[in-house]
Amino acid sequence: MSDHEYVPKSKFGKWFNDRLPLLSLASHLTDYPTPKNLNYWWTFGGILTFCLITQIVTGLTLAMHYIAHADMAFESVEHIMRDVNYGWLIRYIHANGASMFFLAVYIHIFRSLFYGSYKSPREIIWIIGIIIYLLMMAAAFMGYVLPWGQMSFWGATVITNLFSAIPLVGEGIVNWLWGGYSVDNPTLTRFFTLHYLIPFLILGLVVLHIWALHVPGNNNPVGIDIKKPSKDTVPFHPYIVIKDGFALLMFMIVFAFFVFYSPNILGHADNYIEANPMVTPAHIVPEWYLLPFYAILRSVPDKLMGVVAMLSAILILAALPWLDTSKIRSAVFRPLYKQFYWILVVDVLVLGYVGAMPAEGLYLLIARVATAYYFIHFLIILPVLGFKEKTTPLPLSITEPVLGGTPMASAMKKKESLN
Amino acid sequence: MINIFKIICSIIFLLAGTLQVTSAEKVDFLKTDWSFKGLFGKFDRGSLQRGYQVYTEVCSSCHSMKYVSYRNLFEPGGPEFSKEQAKAIAASFEVTDGPNSDGEMFVRPAKLSDKFVMPYENVKAAQAANGGAYPPDMSVLAKARSGGVDYIYSLLLGYEDAPNGVILDDGVYYNKYMYGNNIKMAEPLSDGLIEYSDGTTASKEQMSKDVTTFLMWAAEPHLESRHKMGFKAILYLIVLTILVYFSMKKIWSRIESEV
Repeated sequence: MSDHEYVPKSKFGKWFNDRLPLLSLASHLTDYPTPKNLNYWWTFGGILTFCLITQIVTGLTLAMHYIAHADMAFESVEHIMRDVNYGWLIRYIHANGASMFFLAVYIHIFRSLFYGSYKSPREIIWIIGIIIYLLMMAAAFMGYVLPWGQMSFWGATVITNLFSAIPLVGEGIVNWLWGGYSVDNPTLTRFFTLHYLIPFLILGLVVLHIWALHVPGNNNPVGIDIKKPSKDTVPFHPYIVIKDGFALLMFMIVFAFFVFYSPNILGHADNYIEANPMVTPAHIVPEWYLLPFYAILRSVPDKLMGVVAMLSAILILAALPWLDTSKIRSAVFRPLYKQFYWILVVDVLVLGYVGAMPAEGLYLLIARVATAYYFIHFLIILPVLGFKEKTTPLPLSITEPVLGGTPMASAMKKKESLN
Repeated sequence: MINIFKIICSIIFLLAGTLQVTSAEKVDFLKTDWSFKGLFGKFDRGSLQRGYQVYTEVCSSCHSMKYVSYRNLFEPGGPEFSKEQAKAIAASFEVTDGPNSDGEMFVRPAKLSDKFVMPYENVKAAQAANGGAYPPDMSVLAKARSGGVDYIYSLLLGYEDAPNGVILDDGVYYNKYMYGNNIKMAEPLSDGLIEYSDGTTASKEQMSKDVTTFLMWAAEPHLESRHKMGFKAILYLIVLTILVYFSMKKIWSRIESEV
């Protein structure tokens, strides 16, 4: 980019680089100036890349043994678990990898919310991120259908039926999605096709996400613009590479515990019962990572409005750079926003919890209050806060404290060293 | 302080999902020591072999186990019968094979490569013979019920007389641990129902434990190698993490900032 011009040393290198500047790209990636005060919440970008590649590699291997047919899918999964060499390992990595992927993406998103990483000039990075997140949900949902267990079948039935809420054309769309009059073999084969396609779309968007990131450079915990390169930055390699690597290893330890010691705890027992259109499970619940949105869906009494609310809950995030009117990025300097941020975190956790519970009585009431608060946070609190909030003074740079050294700045310093 | 709060919140995210699984059923299941739980959990061979005997002499008259093959019976990590024993077990069942060169189907003794022979031709036949209820296939049963092995163990020991006021239909039994308490399977086990070939006393508890262990193995035949590999993998990761941590400290010490 705007870094110093890279010139390959060898003659062949120069010849090649003039025609395809791969070496320039590699040099840009290694030298990429990164704020040196990034804390561990910034390591989840690298972790997510690892998750995506893990899912693609294990997914390709599973696809070599899986049979996308309503009569054979369940059996082929058992074949993978029993007879394919290390098939159990590959499948458990893939199944738990989905949960790990979402765990990491939620941390990544909430880090962005805390430090205002979505604000100018990083709106495009943020919006691409939201599209990736939407595609992840689609991929995860379709992937969960493939083993053709009870939860696969009934989850697919419930979610595809949401489209029937659309006036006039709803029923037609649902039949078109199913390829028939109920979830059946045509649904399974198309879900398999799309489940295979989406990860590569995500991969392409991840490239754009990183490209867009490398134009303004990383945000940082202080949230101020910094000169790059300068003494506030370090080259990506080796400083950030080793730090991301360390964080990734910690993440992999947690991942490995799930894969080797409780591989089924995040799934639902009913999915080990082969799909049966004649028997409806007692409770149809989505995977844990979709529960907050499921709670929002069910908290609205009207079907169409429920679907609208659920979609808005995700799409509202794309408008966040404009809904948040504050010019200050980091919550460190926004005492009021910081409190509302944590209320939102709790609100989403509550939504996740009630999403797993039956939609009745107290649970339904809590779901409704939490849903209302979710929208109030984005539509009322954030826009108003930008005008009303008295922020604390920003430092001039990462290395230099605030002029006059206010107590807040020293507190912040202390906090950073804790990280 | 706030950092700790953050970490806790991230963990809650993960737990929120697991909670639904654990809190879905509020029934306290009977507890017993399972040798296959824990970091180094392994199956008890004797228990697996006895469990196979219970399955084959009691359960298999109604319940199929269609994803398990006779060869699995001698493979490592399972009941580990000798290959000859497994062959003999297989040969005691008959399978329909064919068509042969004359275009005829024929019956032959089962081989090691065959899947466990099913008690009924198809689901309809199974339902017809069992008052409309389909005895579920047992291949993955231990993973297909919330509560897993504890649930199955409790269910086998959970038959009681129906409490006053509860009226049961014909062919329906009362079970403390069954969802809805009504079960169409009559109590399958009773003290001394079978005679264990290794001389163990065949109490109801013993048989329940053995057959449940066998079902766990049937559902998760690679459990032992999973535990073994998991321990090595995690140990490796921890050592590598420590090494990378010190490399990171060294590299970052070149600049004055803290990591």
